[in-house]
Amino acid sequence: MNVRGWRRPGILRFAPGLTMLLFLAPVGAGLIGTWLPAVGIFPALGGHEFSLAGWRELFAYPGLGSALRLTLVSGLLSTLLSLLLVIGFVASCSERRSFQALRRLIAPLLAVPHVAIAIGLAFLIAPSGWLVRIISPWPSGWEVPPDIATVQDPYGLALTLGLVVKEMPFLFLMTLAALHQSQADRRLAVARSLGYGPITAWIKTVLPAIYPQIRLPIYAVLAFSLSVVDMALILAPTTPPPLAVLVLRWFNDPDLSMRFVAAACASLQFGIVAVAIGGWRLMEIIISRLARSWLVDGRRGGSGSLLAPVFGLFTLAICGMGALSILGMVIWSFAKRWRYPDVLPSAVSFDSWMRQGSSILNAGLNTLSIGFAAAAIATVLVVACLENERRQRVSSNGRGIWLLYAPLLVPQIGFLFGTQVLSVHMNLDGTWGALVWTHLLFVLPYVFLSLSDSYRKLDERYVRSALCLGASPNRVFWRVKLPMLLRPVLYAMAIGFAVSVAQYLPTLFAGGGRYVTLTTEAVSLAAGANRRVAGVFALLQAILPMIAFGLAIGIPALLYRRRRGLRGIA
Amino acid sequence: MRSIQTGIRQILIALVCLLGAGSVSQAQTGEQIEAQSWSEILAAARGQEVYWNAWGGDERINAYITWVGQRVQADYGIKLNHVKLSDTADAVSRVLAEKAANRTSGGSIDLIWINGENFAAMKKNDLLFGPFSEDLPNFAGVDVEHKPSTRVDFTVPVEGLEAPWGMAKINFIYDSARVKTTPRSIPDFLEWAKANPGRFTYPTPPDFIGSTFLKQVLIELAADRDELQKPYVSDERFSEVTAPLWDYLDALHPHLWREGKLFPANGPAQRQLLDDGEVDIHISFYPSEASSLIATDLLPGTARVFVLEEGTIGNTHFVAIPFNTSAKEAAMVVANFLMSPEAQAEKQNEAVWGDDTVLAMSKLSGEDQQRFAELQRGVATLSPEELGPTLLEPHPAWMTKIEAEWQRRYSR
Repeated sequence: MNVRGWRRPGILRFAPGLTMLLFLAPVGAGLIGTWLPAVGIFPALGGHEFSLAGWRELFAYPGLGSALRLTLVSGLLSTLLSLLLVIGFVASCSERRSFQALRRLIAPLLAVPHVAIAIGLAFLIAPSGWLVRIISPWPSGWEVPPDIATVQDPYGLALTLGLVVKEMPFLFLMTLAALHQSQADRRLAVARSLGYGPITAWIKTVLPAIYPQIRLPIYAVLAFSLSVVDMALILAPTTPPPLAVLVLRWFNDPDLSMRFVAAACASLQFGIVAVAIGGWRLMEIIISRLARSWLVDGRRGGSGSLLAPVFGLFTLAICGMGALSILGMVIWSFAKRWRYPDVLPSAVSFDSWMRQGSSILNAGLNTLSIGFAAAAIATVLVVACLENERRQRVSSNGRGIWLLYAPLLVPQIGFLFGTQVLSVHMNLDGTWGALVWTHLLFVLPYVFLSLSDSYRKLDERYVRSALCLGASPNRVFWRVKLPMLLRPVLYAMAIGFAVSVAQYLPTLFAGGGRYVTLTTEAVSLAAGANRRVAGVFALLQAILPMIAFGLAIGIPALLYRRRRGLRGIA
Repeated sequence: MRSIQTGIRQILIALVCLLGAGSVSQAQTGEQIEAQSWSEILAAARGQEVYWNAWGGDERINAYITWVGQRVQADYGIKLNHVKLSDTADAVSRVLAEKAANRTSGGSIDLIWINGENFAAMKKNDLLFGPFSEDLPNFAGVDVEHKPSTRVDFTVPVEGLEAPWGMAKINFIYDSARVKTTPRSIPDFLEWAKANPGRFTYPTPPDFIGSTFLKQVLIELAADRDELQKPYVSDERFSEVTAPLWDYLDALHPHLWREGKLFPANGPAQRQLLDDGEVDIHISFYPSEASSLIATDLLPGTARVFVLEEGTIGNTHFVAIPFNTSAKEAAMVVANFLMSPEAQAEKQNEAVWGDDTVLAMSKLSGEDQQRFAELQRGVATLSPEELGPTLLEPHPAWMTKIEAEWQRRYSR
């Protein structure tokens, strides 16, 4: 390994350190800023001494049990359902046509921010919603909407459904990325030629190979689902709401002493996420132990002709609901009057669009500039870290990776307050830079999630061959690796952009409200429950990330239109 | 003796100093200096930028605020930015974070649309600039005599820390195409709900409309309404006074929308339920909201308003300036403009917003009175006489404890 420059210390060496510093400072400060008030220390409110009063008040809250149950049911059930659907669908349908159809539906769904889906889904499934309107007043006989809780139901099923609609596409794409890197096709071909049924072959030979690659995305989904705020505000019940909404409510309580209870609840939320992830890991170990003998028992399994349509149907139904949710909001944005039980608006107008002209432009430009900056910085940092990891031969599964995911594993509302205090101290709050930085906390992990495996799985032999031909490591990077990885890199950037577009609480906290984005507009208007205007912003919110995804797919296709081999990578 | 004489002299000097100081400060609030300092304020305000944090959930209100921005830019050279909040408490939270970080100047918020609990919390924690509001030139037109809530916000004395902006009063909106008889009192509401199961609800407390409905029930059923104007004296007394409220709610809830197990998140959510036909009654805080909602196609043309015979709760909403504002002068100029006859009349116009004025017609010039006289009343708006008497808000202490008790009983 004495190739010139191979071990030369370069600027890349600072990449992991710089990334960690950018990250850990705000998250760490945010956590401390949350945990200290949880034990009674918050000088601005006169809290100078250790006290568990906040915790006592939290545990005395009568709705805590229900809130906890809601949180756990919606969080665990949605993650489990999303994962089962993805595994079932990919295992049973990867050879079918529906697979390609779904792939085309997925990108737009992934791009649509949570709030937009939630508003649309609430309209779709409500007792006075679109689905009921189609069958009312005939044949259902409902002259007025039935008095049944299909949205904000006490079990949190509507919230669970909303989360599945949003998280299944994410896991599906992560699984697809992992499939490409695990030579799943070849594994499957071998197993099939040995007489295994399609589903059995997939689960026995492909799943064990790809699961480690989708593990962190699953944990991120789990943590997100357990602490979601914006979707819960629209789809979850209010008496009581899930834990995360309680935290928000208490943080916003005009009685400032409730901050101590809010901080305690945020810490509890953190604990729940930690325990849930630990429990999930334990289940992984138990299941893999139990499944060991089954994996090698040689049973071939059936043709799966029964299961495939079932999984196909379920998956398509979920995606269809997502698509209808968006369609409903598009129609609302042009509606003048649209009352129950009309299936379509009775009067149409462009007013909702015309009236929003100036705020659309302002919010759109902010969204674009912040999203692009955050996604670009995140991509550069992630690529630098990964390239450094390669060159330094650092173990790729170090504990450092877990730190990177901290922002995805901690309830946003909990550590953002602490982060805000920090940025005010540094006189950074309310600036464009602080906003990009705060977005970076959430954008970077997702970029890392979507890029790291593709990057690490790139066949090392390409690099060695190039080095042997006398190219410097930098030249190898620019001429060999980057072109080969262009598609996953751009895709990661698009994901980063979409994540940035969807951020609500971080924008509010770091921007001091001075930077208006499409999402802050959409949420503040959703607070007014005006579906027409919410429709306008939901649609715009969805369009920007869709363009980003379109570019991420289109640019490599255009550049490599004459190079089939490169198109196939990732 | 000598020492006594010295002592007396010292006391006299002290007294003179005190009186002297008093006369100086009196002189400062006198008209002449006042006028001069107002022109200084206007001069300082020119070119400043004001970040106004105001609830942004209503496109009509947002459009009005945009108009205010154009007017203060034209008249005073002030750039006004509307920071749209989904909850006013977000702004309180932000000022608190800035105080926690010792930022005593250059804060990010210059003006807040506020009242009630949020004001009480900011006042208590010294997060407000002032007193300023009663020194603003246009405060002279405010109807402090007949609208006492312009100086006492939910029983908490304003003391010049916020400038009155508009008047709110509980009223009920229904669809006259579907509903023929409406309740006339709180006990009547219970009978109505029994006859129309699942067709009424109220927003989840602590949403301000939901909480206000609870207070309406409390006041109407209370034996002694004056007691509610002071903080409750003991937990036992609180239980005794509020017992009729809980009995009433226990009887009412089974007949509500979703059998009283679920409540809409806020006022606008209930408005949507009315338009969707899921409920028959929406609780509103603005007397002309119904007309305004019809005009903007958010409710059917058959929507109408009713109030209760014994009166409904009314209050005032204000604008306040945080202690660490970056544009003190410009914020005061904007607050003053908001109280001007021009801005108040524009706001009361139902085609714009339909929020009632805080001004007294008798204190205005003939020309300004004409502005208000020209306003058209919408098809669903009741006249001031039809709106009935205004009940005073109870002390915030009651509200806070009622909200907590409501949570304990019905949110579990």
